[in-house]
Amino acid sequence: MDWELIFSRALSAGIGTEAVIYALAAIGLNIHFGYTGLLNFGQAGFLAVGAYGLATTITTFGLPFWLGVTVGLVGAVLFALLLGIPTLRLRADYLAIVTIAAAEIVRLVVRSVALRGTFGGTDGLDSFSGDFYALNPYSPGSYGFWLIKFDHRTLWVLTVGWILVAAACAVVYLVMKSPWGRVLKAIREDEDAVRSLGKNVFSYKMQALVFGGVVGSLAGFLFALSRAATQPDLFSTELTFFAYTVLILGGAARVAGPVVGAMIFWLLLILVKTGMEEAVNHQVITFITVNQVGSINYMLVGLGLILLLIYRPQGIFGDKREIALDAR
Amino acid sequence: MHAETVNRRAQAQAAFAEVAPEPGAPKPDPILVVDDVIRRFGGLTAVDVKHVEIQRGSITALIGPNGAGKTTFFNQLTGFDTADAGTWTFNGRQLNGLPAHKVARQGMVRTFQLTKALSKLTVLENMRLGAQKQRGENFFRALVSSLWQGQEDEITVRAEELLERFKLDKKRDDFAGSLSGGQRKLLEMARALMVGPELVMLDEPMAGVNPALTQSLLGHVKDLREQGMTVLFVEHDMDMVRDISDWVIVMAQGAVIAEGPPDTIMADPRVIDAYLGAHHDAPLTVAEAEQQLHEAEAELEAELVPEVEEKA
Repeated sequence: MDWELIFSRALSAGIGTEAVIYALAAIGLNIHFGYTGLLNFGQAGFLAVGAYGLATTITTFGLPFWLGVTVGLVGAVLFALLLGIPTLRLRADYLAIVTIAAAEIVRLVVRSVALRGTFGGTDGLDSFSGDFYALNPYSPGSYGFWLIKFDHRTLWVLTVGWILVAAACAVVYLVMKSPWGRVLKAIREDEDAVRSLGKNVFSYKMQALVFGGVVGSLAGFLFALSRAATQPDLFSTELTFFAYTVLILGGAARVAGPVVGAMIFWLLLILVKTGMEEAVNHQVITFITVNQVGSINYMLVGLGLILLLIYRPQGIFGDKREIALDAR
Repeated sequence: MHAETVNRRAQAQAAFAEVAPEPGAPKPDPILVVDDVIRRFGGLTAVDVKHVEIQRGSITALIGPNGAGKTTFFNQLTGFDTADAGTWTFNGRQLNGLPAHKVARQGMVRTFQLTKALSKLTVLENMRLGAQKQRGENFFRALVSSLWQGQEDEITVRAEELLERFKLDKKRDDFAGSLSGGQRKLLEMARALMVGPELVMLDEPMAGVNPALTQSLLGHVKDLREQGMTVLFVEHDMDMVRDISDWVIVMAQGAVIAEGPPDTIMADPRVIDAYLGAHHDAPLTVAEAEQQLHEAEAELEAELVPEVEEKA
């Protein structure tokens, strides 16, 4: 078995594009769910709005890159408002139902045959990332140290990505230790109590939804740019559930929780997958084929999560005392 | 201090001297005036209050049997539920139709029957949340701590003073969820005071509180009046009502059926009929008991006779 290959792939995945994308998606979810208690199951929708806002503006309408970014960000704000106005006055579980449906609506709209000319149908859109890679300061080649190697394009995506992650974390840190963040956390605990103290709960929930949604759309930009293409089925509900997994793994309502969660999640996912593939290829494991590795990998991930929730429900960074309060 | 206490109480009670003990009686200086509030749930009329006034600077109790609509009435007044009809003014300003947070900003702050401590916030953070007009509660200003830190420090000083008064200062950095039921009640009351209210509305402040803490809570409620606040509270415990209230309003089946000072209200036949008769072992003489028995028998017979005739 080629252990160097296994660890090289696992470590690269731990700081690679997927880790960055899921870190940003989960930072957005952390604002929604971790701090404000909004059960948003439609984070994939925000990523799709970001990715398609960018891609459609550039590819379909031939407009400049920065306008595409603006369209994606404004689109995320509008999507949050559209989602929030009818649902934020309802109970939390209704929000979960509506958001999951809204994200699916976005996916089905960009996938539809009728709008193929605009969004590209199931094939999606490509050739919108030229301007982004034109900004790449790294000359062509391979970069890295020890076991980790990236090409110049991936390195550029990662540079921008980790800067965005750092910036998002910094903003989350600043606002969550302020009175603004205190109101959000209080809403998570009990809305009516916050209302009785003269705070406009609806407005704060809307601000949280918009803020987390905009961070989600940043993940959408990176998702599309890193692949230099975007397809509707990248934004299925699976993406949202993985982002939740990442969030709970790292620890909800902790600034670094989603980031570390994303890194560990992708490191483990690829470690186990590549490890199993190597083991099958070298006849160490003989009772499964390489084609079955993918499914078994997800089963093991699921098992790992169940164990995590049983033995460490607060995640890696969580405070055990807080979880104990729920049991009272 | 003690003399002062007597004065405030005496003042409050003197204000009621001229008030007729009738439902909807006008008060000399009402802070809250309620007219024709109706709330229906399907076919059930939960609240139907014609006219009620709450005297400024007094402690007014709202009592009534279970299901009388006391809490529902509270919810209408504080904007936590939407009344089907009715108007009410607070300090002369119309409040009906206002959402709950705007009602609180006007200076009319409530607590809840089931205590709502914000479990995963510390006691001090619970308190700070109550302060109004915080600059740091705006998203963009929140990013620059120098814009709100000064105000935050002032708020903290005020919060610590209140925590000391409510004997929660040793708990300031504990999660509110780790407090006992009685301490949560204290915290909720202290937090409501952070808003700077004129009228404090307490929904069953004594529910689920052990007797030792009851006295302390009672003291704090009286203290609110000392500081010039008006208190309206819902309560079941008759002893407490008698002890601290200056005026009592009785609700039954959604309507206000009686009003009066606490010493005489218990003797009001309407109250006994609606409430005390059903719950207290009201002292009955043997003659009264027998008379009731006869009446009941007569009623039964009157009902049975037609049935018997039908059968025949």
